[in-house]
Amino acid sequence: MSDIDLRGQVRVLDGNRAGAYGVLLCRPDVIATYPITPQTPLVETLYKFEAEGLFDPEMVEPEGENSAMGALIGACAAGGRTFTATSSQGLSFMNDAYLLAAGNRFPIVMAIGMREQVSPHGVVAGQQDAVLVKDHGWIQVYTESCQEILDTIIMAYRLAEDSAVLLPINVCYEGFYLSHHSQRVEIPRQEEVDEFLLPLKQMERLKWTLEDPMVFSSYTVPPELFTEYRYKMCAAHERAKVKFDEIDREFHKVFGRSYGGQIEEYRTEDADIVIVTMGASSGTAKVVVDRKREEGLKVGLIKVRMFRPSPRERLAKAMEGKKAVGVIDRSVCYAWNCGHNFVELRALAIDLKAPAPLLLDFVCGLGGGDITDLQVERVIDRTAAAAAGEEQAQVTWLALE
Amino acid sequence: MKFVSKFEGPWSTPKEPLDVKTGEWRSQRPVTRAEKCRQCGWCSLFCPAGCIREKDRFFFADLDYCKGCGVCARICPARAIAIVREEA
Repeated sequence: MSDIDLRGQVRVLDGNRAGAYGVLLCRPDVIATYPITPQTPLVETLYKFEAEGLFDPEMVEPEGENSAMGALIGACAAGGRTFTATSSQGLSFMNDAYLLAAGNRFPIVMAIGMREQVSPHGVVAGQQDAVLVKDHGWIQVYTESCQEILDTIIMAYRLAEDSAVLLPINVCYEGFYLSHHSQRVEIPRQEEVDEFLLPLKQMERLKWTLEDPMVFSSYTVPPELFTEYRYKMCAAHERAKVKFDEIDREFHKVFGRSYGGQIEEYRTEDADIVIVTMGASSGTAKVVVDRKREEGLKVGLIKVRMFRPSPRERLAKAMEGKKAVGVIDRSVCYAWNCGHNFVELRALAIDLKAPAPLLLDFVCGLGGGDITDLQVERVIDRTAAAAAGEEQAQVTWLALE
Repeated sequence: MKFVSKFEGPWSTPKEPLDVKTGEWRSQRPVTRAEKCRQCGWCSLFCPAGCIREKDRFFFADLDYCKGCGVCARICPARAIAIVREEA
């Protein structure tokens, strides 16, 4: 047996390698990837698995990300299970094929090792690349730990290939903070994952065969038919939300780990104020929430896992009755002069029963900057101060104070 | 909700996308006067839509696909093709 076959073991792995084991366990038929920092070690690991005979997918080495996605679209049309991964500029270069994948309802799983987007230039962590494509029709799930990357890739196949969903999905993890940092990771056994993915074998899915040829991305007229496809895709996104919660519960039964589905609520139940995080900083933030709890402050945390489709119902429920909500955003939305999650929460605030909580935004961790415990403490202190009636800026750029 | 397609996305059988009636937005159409036509077939060769076909030794445009461009009328050596406005 190869010494890199770690299935069924507990090991120390970085996020890229943990992700690669997730892919290995799901037995994809076709992998097409182009290397880009910080995703490269994930791709290298997949090639190593193939070289060592751990699995035998068709490995495509395209000349760029656009072709990588193009190859997977074809593979998916033929009914294959597919995987790719990219980051930042690679994702931008992939853009039109990325849109085609979603519009044609191909259940491709793609990891994004999130990195800042030019310009300014920087090969550093961020979330700007992934949040930029939030309206391109893909499902997006953001992860907090190396274990969560691995587990989410397994759940991603269950969700994407479900015949009630049939949408492509991004598993997002911050570059360097997760891609290159090592943590304890439990690698599931192959039989467990095979069984978890077994229901997909019964799922119906359109595919090309020589006997029954099909056209996809067909020229769509009249406008009513075009509208119909748009409507159906929106409906599929809605179905994906509840489905993701169900898959998480089922995952917990098989593997003993649960992440809360669309969102994770951490000590929110009796909380007066909550902070909202997404991605790698959630771990640090939970430590600070615990610390503040010990000091007697009733603070909780909401971790956004599923960013697309928007978990608006669950977010609204979790935010209801809170006095103030502080959002930590590792991205900016130029047009709104704040971070992306802040825009999202402002949009759903209208769903909340009055009085709605005060909303504060903290832009933080851009350009590869740490989101430190001290910064999270400032976020919590200001959110608490706002809840107590003290006037606070709506948007704060923490690194510039 | 009224749906037309049985598919979730823009998928179809090969027949459907080829069956788009490209002549739908035509504002004028060719009318062949059989008494002048010398059956040379030039109109059929020059038709950019490839929609003029031979029928009983004469040539006629398939109006499902003819866009009314008038190339056939211009090219006809016998001036056998007239272009008439479509009724609104």
